[in-house]
Amino acid sequence: MPDIQNYTLNFGPQHPAAHGVLRMVLELDGEVVVRADPHIGMLHRATEKLAETKTWVQSVPYMDRLDYMSMMCNEHAYCLAIESLADIKVPIRAQYIRVMFDEVTRILNHLLWIGAHGIDVGAMTMMLYAMREREDLIDCYEAVSGTRWHAAYYRPGGVYRDLPDSMPQYKASKWKSAAKLKQINEARSGTLLDFLDDFVSRFPKLVDEYETLLTDNRIWKQRLVNVGIVSPERAMQLGFTGPMLRGSGIAWDLRKKQPYEVYDRLDFDIPVGVTGDCYDRYLVRVEELRQSNRIIKQCIDWLRVHPGPVISDDYKVAAPPRASMKSNMEELIHHFKLCTEGMHVPEGQVYSAIEHPKGEFGIYAISDGANKPYRLKIRSPSFVHLSSMDELARGHMIADVVTMVGTIDIVFGEIDR
Amino acid sequence: MSAKLEVLSQNLQKHLGDRVGALQLARGEITIDVDASDYLEVMATLHDEPELRFEELMDLCGVDYSTYGHGDWSGKRFAAVSHLISITHNWRLRVRCFAPENDFPSLPSVVSIWNSVNWFEREAFDLYGIVFPGHADLRRILTDYGFIGHPFRKDFPISGYVEMRYDPDQQRVIYQPVTIEPREITPRIIREASYGDVENA
Repeated sequence: MPDIQNYTLNFGPQHPAAHGVLRMVLELDGEVVVRADPHIGMLHRATEKLAETKTWVQSVPYMDRLDYMSMMCNEHAYCLAIESLADIKVPIRAQYIRVMFDEVTRILNHLLWIGAHGIDVGAMTMMLYAMREREDLIDCYEAVSGTRWHAAYYRPGGVYRDLPDSMPQYKASKWKSAAKLKQINEARSGTLLDFLDDFVSRFPKLVDEYETLLTDNRIWKQRLVNVGIVSPERAMQLGFTGPMLRGSGIAWDLRKKQPYEVYDRLDFDIPVGVTGDCYDRYLVRVEELRQSNRIIKQCIDWLRVHPGPVISDDYKVAAPPRASMKSNMEELIHHFKLCTEGMHVPEGQVYSAIEHPKGEFGIYAISDGANKPYRLKIRSPSFVHLSSMDELARGHMIADVVTMVGTIDIVFGEIDR
Repeated sequence: MSAKLEVLSQNLQKHLGDRVGALQLARGEITIDVDASDYLEVMATLHDEPELRFEELMDLCGVDYSTYGHGDWSGKRFAAVSHLISITHNWRLRVRCFAPENDFPSLPSVVSIWNSVNWFEREAFDLYGIVFPGHADLRRILTDYGFIGHPFRKDFPISGYVEMRYDPDQQRVIYQPVTIEPREITPRIIREASYGDVENA
């Protein structure tokens, strides 16, 4: 009988479970993975190099396109970096709006994750439920920024504009009767805050629904429990952050440990796993959905009663209001300088990190005093998490590799940058 | 300076002594410059010493300083900048280490201290050409298979040297020299410190 040798298998880059363009060369012994070698870079756009050729503000929309599942969080880290370098004060209302939309984004991200992870493992229905709720939150994005996806809503010094007084409505069509239309538009008849408030009150029940489908589901547990165990020591060695680190039992959350914006005024808990397997990471993320919901509720209540400016009034940083720009020479000059030359950021370097839905998302910016960054480095959590793929997958069956890709929660926009 | 950073900088002085080249504190962050010959030793101390205890390496990236400021940078050209974090003490540190040679930048790899640095060093090698002896698997990571050059160096044009297209005659994808005209819409400007200061003009 001839010797049976290991063989290699190409996983991706065009595979629905590869979450984008992951190419993984798997060395297999039968059905067991001996070595996993992820090849990345298929989506490399050199965002960091492009940022060196653009003014500081022009790069804000590029940030959306990094992790295109948690758009506003990326912008947040970038704006924080500029604000720290240039010592810009952000109005308190803008800070609350940012925190609220960070948490909206976290729910958006985790919903997509739970849907995609479900599909990977064979729970088809989760995607449908998750997309239903995502639709409502994407509508909030649309109401506040005019776009459903790549918002470019956060700006250095605050946010682009205040929360709108109306929500986009469904329009009549031959598939929607007048009665149905009235019913689905009812929650949208008020302001954005009313709509979000309605969502926040509905959402915990919906999370219960997801949990009914998954948490005690026998197949789900068979696929997730004791798969991809990472000990706390290894998690730190491998540079894990966010839910991946908390799943391994380390209570580390930048929102608590190094609070930015107004997180120190808000009340929320940090879920922590015990065994560090895929199932614990699932539980952690589901609990984060509930905690984000709590944070949003607190922000809504605060924002309702505290009107105020939402962007810095320093015209060297943020453009002056349109009306005064049209009537005052000084404001016109500022607007012109900002739109042609851009803002200048004092010389120095800064690393600003936020608790992104996927982990620690950091922006390391070096400025030499010019109107463009000298060097911009994006520390993306998925990049680090994916680099541990070899260690996670080794010794597991090939079907578990898909579970592993799901539990890492990767998006290629930010891995390849 | 907050009390925590005070403690950290004292601990750094205590355990690293004169191996810390320059300790800068700005914007609530501490940056230390380390000589390449001490690099590996300093990093091991930062990780192991209980009073420093940097368990996680968050980020390592290459920097090319050749066109910094008005283009009169006198120091070494390439640096590797690491961001460390301590879970125990909840503090951060930035370590910058310049590669001794500009023509063949090389720094010892810290992959045995923090495994997470694996891909970061591959990335710095890929984009800047900094070599990390001691790294077991220093392949390119982000650029194309068979890519030539190190694209994030400041002398590498933003549009690159080659472009790829499908050639109907040869019926395959080919590389050819770029046909894009380089252009700069907003020029890079560094203003003097007193720019726009009307009162003291």
